[in-house]
Amino acid sequence: MPQLFPKKANTLPLLSLGASVLGGVLLVFLVWYYFSPEFKVVGYQPEQPVPYSHETHVQKLGMDCQYCHTNVANSKHANVPSTETCMTCHSQVRAKASSLQPVRESWAEDKPIKWTKVHHLPDYAHFSHAAHVDKGVGCETCHGRIDKMGADGVYQAEPLSMGWCLDCHRQPEKYLRPNDEITTMGYTQPANFVERNLERIGKQGIQPPTNCSACHY
Amino acid sequence: METSEKQLPADPSEPPPVGEGEPDRDRLVRGHLSFHDVTEMVSRHAEKKAPMAWYVAFAVAFSGTLLLLALFAYVVWNGIGVWGNNQPVGWGWPIVNFVFWVGIGHAGTLISAILYLFRQHWRTAINRAAEAMTLFAVVCALIWPTFHVGRLWAIYWTLPIPNQMAMWPQFKSPLLWDVFAVSSYFIVSLLFWYVGLVPDLATLRDRAKNFWRQRILAFFSLGWTGSNRHWRNYEKAYLLLAGLATPLVLSVHSVVSFDFAVSVLPGWHTTIFPPYFVAGAIFSGFAMVVTLMVITREVYGLKNLITIDHLEKMNIIILVTGSIVGFAYITEFFMAWYSQVEYEQYAFLNRAFGPYAWAYWIMMTCNLITPQLFWFKRLRRSVPVMFALSIVVNIGMWFERFVITITSLHRDFLPSSWGYFTATWVDIGTLVGSFGLFLTLFLLFLRFVPMVAMSEVKGVMPQADPHFHEHEGNGHVEGDGEPYITPAEPALVKAYRAGGTEDEETSA
Repeated sequence: MPQLFPKKANTLPLLSLGASVLGGVLLVFLVWYYFSPEFKVVGYQPEQPVPYSHETHVQKLGMDCQYCHTNVANSKHANVPSTETCMTCHSQVRAKASSLQPVRESWAEDKPIKWTKVHHLPDYAHFSHAAHVDKGVGCETCHGRIDKMGADGVYQAEPLSMGWCLDCHRQPEKYLRPNDEITTMGYTQPANFVERNLERIGKQGIQPPTNCSACHY
Repeated sequence: METSEKQLPADPSEPPPVGEGEPDRDRLVRGHLSFHDVTEMVSRHAEKKAPMAWYVAFAVAFSGTLLLLALFAYVVWNGIGVWGNNQPVGWGWPIVNFVFWVGIGHAGTLISAILYLFRQHWRTAINRAAEAMTLFAVVCALIWPTFHVGRLWAIYWTLPIPNQMAMWPQFKSPLLWDVFAVSSYFIVSLLFWYVGLVPDLATLRDRAKNFWRQRILAFFSLGWTGSNRHWRNYEKAYLLLAGLATPLVLSVHSVVSFDFAVSVLPGWHTTIFPPYFVAGAIFSGFAMVVTLMVITREVYGLKNLITIDHLEKMNIIILVTGSIVGFAYITEFFMAWYSQVEYEQYAFLNRAFGPYAWAYWIMMTCNLITPQLFWFKRLRRSVPVMFALSIVVNIGMWFERFVITITSLHRDFLPSSWGYFTATWVDIGTLVGSFGLFLTLFLLFLRFVPMVAMSEVKGVMPQADPHFHEHEGNGHVEGDGEPYITPAEPALVKAYRAGGTEDEETSA
């Protein structure tokens, strides 16, 4: 009985083998890159109920992060300020501005402003701001140049993926800064910062954990 | 026994008188079939319309599959809490079912690989169906851990794939070894099954009338022509795969047993687990093969190929492995006593006389006691008895996994967290559904694939013996005409040889 397929069909097994190897590698790459927070989440900038500009408050007026986010050094949560914090100034400054109407309403009705959360960690990971801030991780390291984020609202600057966390947990000396520079925006590390950080890490016994249960319940 | 063999309905095999000096019962193929009879007996079932029984069975099995799909959707949507798993029994029926199905998936590759290496020719009649059954059982096994992880969409985390979470599987965990053991077993078994199928698919291709059927079969039979070279390559590939598959038969269930044995729970942490699990797996796998083959040979009229001798041999293996398993049960008790560890002793006494005593004694009865009936030749050659016993064995083996998994977990280290496991309706529904999936796949196999390895069966028939024709003529059925190639006359050969040497001399 003659063959049903022409002779060139003999290359089919080889071709399909090559294609499946290449396809497999391509698939891994696509998932590795496109399914990651770096691709999917960075740049997330939700609309906020009040067009609050960090640029104005931090860069122009020179306010410190901790004026509003008061608990960052001693709590898991870097709190979003209450309406009262806003009103300490805005009861006097721009007290009639239309853009601040929701703030005044919130104050009058005693109902908090419903800010939209920007930086989400999955519910199976826990994170403490205090532990990081007190050991020399700057605000900017995770949140980016907040001082340049204007009235359009805050966006997510870093992926906050597990691999990204581990980059620092495995080599903290590359990222830490002195505690008095924590809230500095646009901080530049001095030339010898790695040695200095290693010295601090050794002296203070900073050991960022890399085991699963450090962050996962 | 011969009486039941003679009332074969559709078999084209009214046995002619038994050949001289060759008692019929020693033959692997009964009824003095010719090669063509074998082809016809097997191929036609993949070609013609299926019997009514097939449609009925398929309707039932497919409803089970649909039930399984619906319930798994329910499990994914609601989380695995809809199963009975909860503290302290975190591994409920899903793991029991996983081990149960993996165990069943052991017979096929044992029959096709280990028996092949040991030159057990009787394997040829059952190896195709047993291997198919193996593949489907492994599919039915793999679904359990897949859904038991809860977050189905994260199942790829079990594989070492680069990702931006910088996450890597924990290679120290036996659960991960399981992923590799079972998936490589599945892949090698699939390859082995497929390689064995190639010559038979080519037979179907050559018989095909329909254009597309012919093309599809031609695609899967890889241009097989049955040439000498093809056969040499085929035999080599088959032998290599048999060699590869043999250690896998033993390793898979050993690794599954590590899931338990590597932990430190009393009742799990024992070194006897790997051999005891492998024996149990072969035991349950053979029982499932017997269950399926008894029905298949009846419905499809294959009693001349899958003879009562084949079934008897499988029953002997069931008897042997069942006794090994029973011996292991008793050894566990001995070790608990001999260890002088009170927790270990408590775990075993609690198994036999605690709240799950009912399950324990079902297991003991089904696995250790009833298979002993196969000591009687009359019973192990009786089709109704072996059918009933094979089902009893698989009930017993399911309960074995239930006893191992549940009883060791329900007594936690702290008496305050002791509990009693209760299955939910989802547990029962998914177990029933997995049988539906298994039978659906097996019925599709019976419908579309040659269910007996024709080429291999032909290889163990008397006609395949190179000396066969010296006794029984030229090897062609009467009326088949003379051989196509007439052997040269000895005188001519002599003359040719003489001429050849002359030529050489002159040229030299």
